[in-house]
Amino acid sequence: MLEAWEFILRRPELLAEWVLAHLWIIFVAIIIAVILGVFLGIFITGKGREQIADSVLYLAEIAMTIPSLALFGLLMLLLGSMGLKSIGFLPAVIALVVYGQLPILRNTYTAIRAVDPAMVEAGRGMGMTERQILFKIELPLAVPVIMAGIRTSIVLLIGIATIAAFIGASGLGVPIFRGIRNARMDLILIGGISVSILALIIDGLMALVERRITPKGLKVGRQ
Amino acid sequence: MIKLEKVTKVYADGTKAVDEMSFEVDQGELCVFLGPSGCGKTTTMKMINRLIPITGGNIYIDGVDNTKINASELRRNIGYAIQEIGLFTHMTVGQNIETVPVLKGWSKSRRRERAEELLELVRMKPSEFIDKYPNELSGGQRQRVGVARALGTDPPILLMDEPFGAIDPINRVELQSEFLKIQQKIKKTIIFVTHDIYEAIKMGDRIALMKDGKLVQYDTPANLLYRPKDEFVEGFVGADRALKGLQLLRVKEVMTGTYATAKMGEKTEVVRERMEKEGIDWLPVVDNSGRFTGGVSISDLTGGRAKTVKDVITPSEAKSDINAVLNEALSLMLSSGLKTLPIVVEDNRLAGILTFDAIQETLHEAVKTGGTK
Ligand SMILES: Nc1ncnc2c1ncn2[C@@H]1O[C@H](COP(=O)(O)OP(=O)(O)O)[C@@H](O)[C@H]1O
Ligand SMILES: [Mg+2]
Repeated sequence: MLEAWEFILRRPELLAEWVLAHLWIIFVAIIIAVILGVFLGIFITGKGREQIADSVLYLAEIAMTIPSLALFGLLMLLLGSMGLKSIGFLPAVIALVVYGQLPILRNTYTAIRAVDPAMVEAGRGMGMTERQILFKIELPLAVPVIMAGIRTSIVLLIGIATIAAFIGASGLGVPIFRGIRNARMDLILIGGISVSILALIIDGLMALVERRITPKGLKVGRQ
Repeated sequence: MIKLEKVTKVYADGTKAVDEMSFEVDQGELCVFLGPSGCGKTTTMKMINRLIPITGGNIYIDGVDNTKINASELRRNIGYAIQEIGLFTHMTVGQNIETVPVLKGWSKSRRRERAEELLELVRMKPSEFIDKYPNELSGGQRQRVGVARALGTDPPILLMDEPFGAIDPINRVELQSEFLKIQQKIKKTIIFVTHDIYEAIKMGDRIALMKDGKLVQYDTPANLLYRPKDEFVEGFVGADRALKGLQLLRVKEVMTGTYATAKMGEKTEVVRERMEKEGIDWLPVVDNSGRFTGGVSISDLTGGRAKTVKDVITPSEAKSDINAVLNEALSLMLSSGLKTLPIVVEDNRLAGILTFDAIQETLHEAVKTGGTK
């Protein structure tokens, strides 16, 4: 423990580098995951797409069960055979997008499906187009739930991103792997504790955002 | 004007929900769609604003085939209110009412002004309610906002599917009466769906009675009650049609207009003499400006010498508005035990009285002649 502390004092720039690299990978991955997840989520709520919805959600569910180590390995081989960069940032981001997908996708889908059909019917009856129904009714009502999905997703990715070091991506996984290889307790501790602290801070921030973003009408009164 | 011509709907699963329905609804008329559950009322209504595509026949709005009009455009010019209301919970009352004005691109100030005007119309104080959220309102208030929202851009036509269906009976009667008053002001062409015959008789200028997707009788409430076309109508109207006729009549058509009264400051003896002369044992009391304040019975007037009416008056709340429906007034008489019900106009001014005798006479006449209106 003491050694870990001494290491930080000695090489603070190293820790900072790992933390930033860790955050950067997650940031890129989550942006892509949100765009993909929300779009796909909206798409599969469309009329007559119940079958597609079932299949998509099932696939996303399955993707979650692939052990992360195996997925990283698979991606390495796959990207390599396609002539792309098979180690480092690219496969790491792809894997995180795959994992980050499900909570966002599922929450978007569930939240839009949960919108009171009477509101949609009233909107349509008053002459809203399908697009206006989506943007003026369904999405505003679904936003808090989608945010909750994004929050779950980010916290999940903070942990999984450590394993990305296995395929040569930078981040807080680096000291952990190095520590394991060289039997250096201090490095393992530095990596592990930083990941936990990061997760707690970001989760707290996201909770605030979630509350801010909930429409006022849903927070007041009964029901 | 709305005109249906052999309108037919067959759903994808083969259900024939509406079968060659033809009739017209005149400008400014309130037409009730009435019939047992599943007879096709909602389907027929939703084909008018094209929420449900028509299978056969035509619907004309002011002479124009509604399939020739862009669906969203069509709906923006037809007010729409449903039983579940469907207020947008993430928007304020004001924003809800401004839905169609926003869709039509009205300016912010014009929208706001309209929202306030409409809240006034449904008797909700704009300053108090405009920034509230639907979840902060009672059921009755939500229903009012739903009606206000349907009137957003003052559309000439209004479609209402069991708009008061989810409201408790007491509030429903009140909302119905209020809505009738509003309709007297706005004179819209209205389709009003209900399965409640009482509501139909009270609200409708005309009733379209349906059964299994077919139009059985399209007529005034009085004709439906007193001149049923066949056994189905007779059965649907019920054996108590004379009683239901109470819904058809307004207090003002039955009440006795000129009637003796007592003034607040009058001597009791004078009043008693008047009562004895007229042979009546109860008089309504009015103040100097003719406002109804209570009643005096002859038994209150015995004894005491130099007393005035003011000393012996029984203050009373039981009274009826001149525009009330007869059965509501009658019900009040039964529950309050009054044999004579004071009838008031605006400002609580006494306009006359209602008695059991007068009611009985009028109803008997109606059954005998087959409806007075
Ligand atoms: N989407 C639908 N698909 C198939 N049948 C339907 C559909 N909607 C309504 N129906 C059927 O059409 C008939 C008329 O329904 P509806 O117009 O809702 O009746 P009402 O409003 O008078 O209760 C009923 O038999 C109902 O079951
Ligand atoms: Mg219905």
